[in-house]
Amino acid sequence: MTESPIVESTFLLGRFNLQAIPYHEPILVFTFIGVAIGGAAVLGALTYFRLWGYLWREWFTSVDHKKIGIMYMVLGLIMFLRGFADAIMMRLQQALAFGGSEGYLPAHHYDQVFSAHGVIMIFFAAMPFVTGLMNFVVPLQIGARDVSFPFLNNFSFWMTVSGATLVMTSLFVGEFAQTGWLAYPPLSGIAYSPYVGVDYYIWALQIAGVGTTLSGINLICTIVKMRAPGMDMMKMPVFTWTSLCTNVLIVASFPILTATLALLTADRYLGTNFFTNDLGGNPMMYVNLIWIWGHPEVYILILPAFGIFSEVTSTFSGKKLFGYTSMVYATVVITILSYLVWLHHFFTMGSGASVNSFFGITTMIISIPTGAKMFNWLFTMYRGRIRFELPMMYTVAFMLIFVIGGMTGVMLAVPPADFVLHNSLFLIAHFHNVIIGGVVFGVFAGIAFWWPKAFGFRLDPFWGKMSFWFWVVGFFFAFMPLYVLGLMGVTRRLRVFDDPSLHIWFIIAAFGAALIACGIASFIIQIGVSILKRDKLRDTTGDPWNARTLEWATSSPPPAYNFAFTPVVHDSDAWWDMKQRGYVRPLSGFKPIHMPKSSGTGPILAAISFVLGFALIWYIWWLAAVSFVALLAVAIHHTFNYNRDFDIPAEEVVRTEEARTRVLAQANA
Amino acid sequence: MRRLRLLALLPLMAALGGCKFEVLAPTGDIAAQQRDLLVISVLLMLIIIIPVMALTIFFAWKYRQSNAEARYEPEWHHSTQLELVIWAAPLLIIICLGAMTWMGTHLLDPYRPLDRIGSRTVLAAEDRPLEVNVVALDWKWLFIYPEQGIATVNELAVPVDRPLHFRITSSSVMNAFYVPTMAGMIYAMPAMQTQLHAVANQRVESRGFSANYSGAGFSKMFFAFKAMSDSEFTSWVREAKGAPDPLTRQAYLELEKPSEAVPATFFNAVDPTLFDAILNLCVEPGKMCMKEMMAIDAKGGAGLESAVASLLPLLHDKHARRGTVFGGAPSYVVGICTPEELATALTLSAAGSSEAASRRVDSGPVTGAGLPMPGGFSPALLPAFTSPLLPTSEADIGPRRPSNS
Repeated sequence: MTESPIVESTFLLGRFNLQAIPYHEPILVFTFIGVAIGGAAVLGALTYFRLWGYLWREWFTSVDHKKIGIMYMVLGLIMFLRGFADAIMMRLQQALAFGGSEGYLPAHHYDQVFSAHGVIMIFFAAMPFVTGLMNFVVPLQIGARDVSFPFLNNFSFWMTVSGATLVMTSLFVGEFAQTGWLAYPPLSGIAYSPYVGVDYYIWALQIAGVGTTLSGINLICTIVKMRAPGMDMMKMPVFTWTSLCTNVLIVASFPILTATLALLTADRYLGTNFFTNDLGGNPMMYVNLIWIWGHPEVYILILPAFGIFSEVTSTFSGKKLFGYTSMVYATVVITILSYLVWLHHFFTMGSGASVNSFFGITTMIISIPTGAKMFNWLFTMYRGRIRFELPMMYTVAFMLIFVIGGMTGVMLAVPPADFVLHNSLFLIAHFHNVIIGGVVFGVFAGIAFWWPKAFGFRLDPFWGKMSFWFWVVGFFFAFMPLYVLGLMGVTRRLRVFDDPSLHIWFIIAAFGAALIACGIASFIIQIGVSILKRDKLRDTTGDPWNARTLEWATSSPPPAYNFAFTPVVHDSDAWWDMKQRGYVRPLSGFKPIHMPKSSGTGPILAAISFVLGFALIWYIWWLAAVSFVALLAVAIHHTFNYNRDFDIPAEEVVRTEEARTRVLAQANA
Repeated sequence: MRRLRLLALLPLMAALGGCKFEVLAPTGDIAAQQRDLLVISVLLMLIIIIPVMALTIFFAWKYRQSNAEARYEPEWHHSTQLELVIWAAPLLIIICLGAMTWMGTHLLDPYRPLDRIGSRTVLAAEDRPLEVNVVALDWKWLFIYPEQGIATVNELAVPVDRPLHFRITSSSVMNAFYVPTMAGMIYAMPAMQTQLHAVANQRVESRGFSANYSGAGFSKMFFAFKAMSDSEFTSWVREAKGAPDPLTRQAYLELEKPSEAVPATFFNAVDPTLFDAILNLCVEPGKMCMKEMMAIDAKGGAGLESAVASLLPLLHDKHARRGTVFGGAPSYVVGICTPEELATALTLSAAGSSEAASRRVDSGPVTGAGLPMPGGFSPALLPAFTSPLLPTSEADIGPRRPSNS
C-alpha cells in the first residue's frame, strides 16, 4: 500500500475490507509474523502454566494502587519499545536516503512512522511511566492505604491500555496518521487525510485521555484528602508535591485536548468547519488549542521527573533537600507559567511582534524557577556524602544534560532566533535533550530507586551501569549531530536528502541510536538478571537506600494495606525523622483493615471502548451503536454493585506483620 | 596522550569544515541579525550554565562517599543569602535577555518594512521593495512577480540589496516559507496571507524549502534561491518573459494538482487577479471569493435558504487533496462578480475612474431570499443554468452558474 485506498463504505464492515490489511508491505508482514509468534508464545505459556485466573484475579481486576502502578510501567515499557522501533527506522531511513537513494521507506510508511513515534512516546510511553510511578509511590509517600477512588484507578489504567491497543492495531489494520504527532489541520482534515489514519489517532487519544483525566482527578483527591495525620502541605515529600502539580495540570489541560480533538472529529465525521479552509474554518485555532494542552503536557512529564531527582539527590547525598520551600514554590510557579507560554510553539505563524515577545519572555521566565531547582539540587549535594548508586548517576547525568537542553530551549524562545530554527532538527535535538535527559533519565532513576520497594530486591548494578553509559553516550551521539544539522538549516520530517555534506551527521546520529538500543537492551537484561539473582539482591529491611520518606517505612514489597498503622508525621522527611527519633515498629494491637474490593468492570469497559473506537474508525455504525449502548449498560450496572469493600481480618494482619518481624530480626542478626 | 586526543578530534573538525552552516553564516541582513540574537543569547546564558555544569561536576566529585575529608552537614538545608542568589542570578540574565527579546522581536518582525538593507546602509525613502507573491502548492512553490508580470515555479530570483516584500499563502495545507540564507521562516497558510520583509546582501545561489510538514511530497518541496545583481535580474526576467506559456487561472488549476520534484518553470505572464483569487479560495471560475462571503456575513448574511442553497459553491477543500476531485457533487456558484468583471473593476479603480464608482456593489444591507443584483451586473453575461437543487425561478434568487464545468 503506497497510498491510502479510498473505499466505499458497506453496512456490515464500514470502510473495512481486505485492502486495509497491509499484506503487500514486507516490513509490516514480518513484524506481524514476529508479533503473532511472540504473542502466541506468551498466550500459550499463560495457558500452559494456568496463569489466566491468577492474572485476572490478582492483577487485571486489582484496585491496589501498587499493582496498577506496576502495570502502568509494563505498559509504558512495551510501548517504549514500539516507539523506539519507530525511532530506529527513522534513523536508518535518514542515514540511507542520500545521493538519489529513496531509502527503504516510501513516504506513506515513513510519514506514519514519525507520527506514530511522537504519539506513542508521549502518550503511551512517557505518560504511563510517569503515571505508573505516581500511582505506586504517592499513596505510600503520604501514608495512605490506596488512592481515593481505587476502582477509578483500575478503570483509568485500562482505558490507557485500550488507547494504546488501538494505536498498535493501526500497524496491521489500515494505517496510522501521516500528519505529525499533533495532526495539524487542514492536513488532518477529511479532505487531505481521507482514510483511517487520523481517525485512529483521534480515537486512541480520546479513549486514553479519559483514563489520564480520571487518573489525574484521582491523584489530586488522594493527595489533598488522604495524607497521614501531621503531614500538612509544606511537609509533603517533594515528589508528592510535583505529582500534585502534575495532576492539576492534567485535569486542567486534558479537557482542552479532548475538546480540540472532538472539534476535529466533528469536522471529519459530521462535516462541520471548525478547522477547514472552507466556510470560515480556522486551522490556526486548532494550533492554538492543541498547544494550550501541549505545553502543559511537557510539564506534566517533567515535573514528576523533577520530584524523582529531588528524592534521589537528597537520599543519596544523605542530606535534607536544600531549599525545600523554594523548591515547592518553583514547582507551583512552573505549573502556573506553563499555561502562559503555548504560543512559543508557533512564533512563525505571524502573530505580530508584541504577542510573540510576550510569549517569548514568559517562556524565559520559566527558566528562572527551573534554574532555582537546579541550584537546589546542586546545594543538596554540597556538603553531602554522595553514594553513586544508579539513581544518583542518572541524576548527575540529568543535571549536566538538562542545562544544555534548557539553554537551547531559551534560544528557541527568542522569536527572531526561532524564525531560523523552528521546525528544524535543532528543535528536535532540543526536545529530545530535555525529554531524554529529563523525563527518561528521571523514569530510569525512579525505576532503579523504587524497584526494591516494589519487588523486595534491588536491580543488578552492573547491567544498570551498562545501560546508563550506553544511554548517556548514545544520547550525545544521537542528538548532538541534530543540533549541528539544525544550524545547517535542515528541517524535521524529511525523508530523502540530496546534499551529501549532511550524510555524515545522519550516520553519527544512527550510530547514537544504535548505542541507545544497547542501553535499552542492557536495561531489559538488567531486569532479567536481577530476577534470576533476586535472592542475592534481596532487601529485607524495607529501606535499602537509607532513605527519607514514608514509603521506606514499610516492608518491601509493601503489604496490600501498605501500613498496619497509619503513621504520624512531624517532618517533611518523615521516615528519616522517625529513624532519628528511634521509631519502634508496633508489634501488637492490630485491627482489621478496611480495603476496596477488586472489580472486573474496568477491563470490561475498556474492552468495549476499544470496540467502540474501532467501529468509529472504520465507520461500522451498527457496531458503534451496539458497543456504545453496551458501554452505558455496563457502567450503569456497575453503579448497582454495592459489594465493593471488605475487611482484611486482624489475624491476617498479625500474620503478615509477624512475618515481617521475623525477616527484620534475621536482617539485624 | 593529550595530543592523541586532539588527533581524535580531527575527523570531526574536517566534517565541520566541510559543511555549510547556513543559519550561522547567512548572506541576508535579516538572517544575520537573527543569527546575532542567537549568538548573544547563548553567550548570556553561558554566564550561568558553565558555572552550574562545573559546580555539578565539582560537587559530585568532592562530596563522593569515599572522600571522608569533605565536610558532611546532613542537616544543612537552608540559607537565605544563597536562596537570594540562586533566584536572582537567573532573574538578572532573563531581564537582559527579555529586553533583548522585546527589541529584537519588534525590530525583526517579518511584517515590518525594512529600514535598512545592511548594518551600514540605511534605506532611502524612495526605495520601493520588490514585491513577490508566494504560493505553497502540493508540493512545489509558485512565485508571482506582479511588477514584472511573470511567475515561476521552484525558482526564486531576487536582486541583491533591494528590499523584498513577500506575501505568502498556500493552496491546501500549512507550509512554512524558509530561505535560510536570506531570512527566518514564516508559515504559509491557505486562505491567509503572511508577510515577510527581507533582503539579500550577496550574490548567492542557495535553496529555500518548506519547513512545515505538508504531506507525502514534502521532502522534495524545495526551490532554488538566486540572489543576483540588478543586470542579472533584468536578464533573468527577460528569460522568464521568453517562456512559452502564461499563468492563467486554468493553468494554475492544472499546476495546483499534487506533484513532486517539479523542475523550475517560468510563465511569461500572470493573471493580475490570480494571487488575490488564490488567497480568497476562488480560482475556480465563478466560485465565490472568501472576502465576498465575509462581506455578506458582515452585513448579516444572505438568509437561511440562500445559505443552504449556496453552500456547495463555497467549498474549497476536496477529498484526497485539491485537484483530484473524488466523488464530489457538482458545485454551484454565486460569485457576486465574475473574474472578468473583478479585473475590470480593479483596473478602473486603479485608474480612479468615476465609472468605477457607479459600478460599485450596492452596499445596502442584504435581506434574505438570495443575493440582490449588484450594480452594473448584467445577467445576460451569464450562461443559463438550472439545477435540481435550486429553485427553478431565476428571478427569485438571482443569477447562478456552474463552476468546474
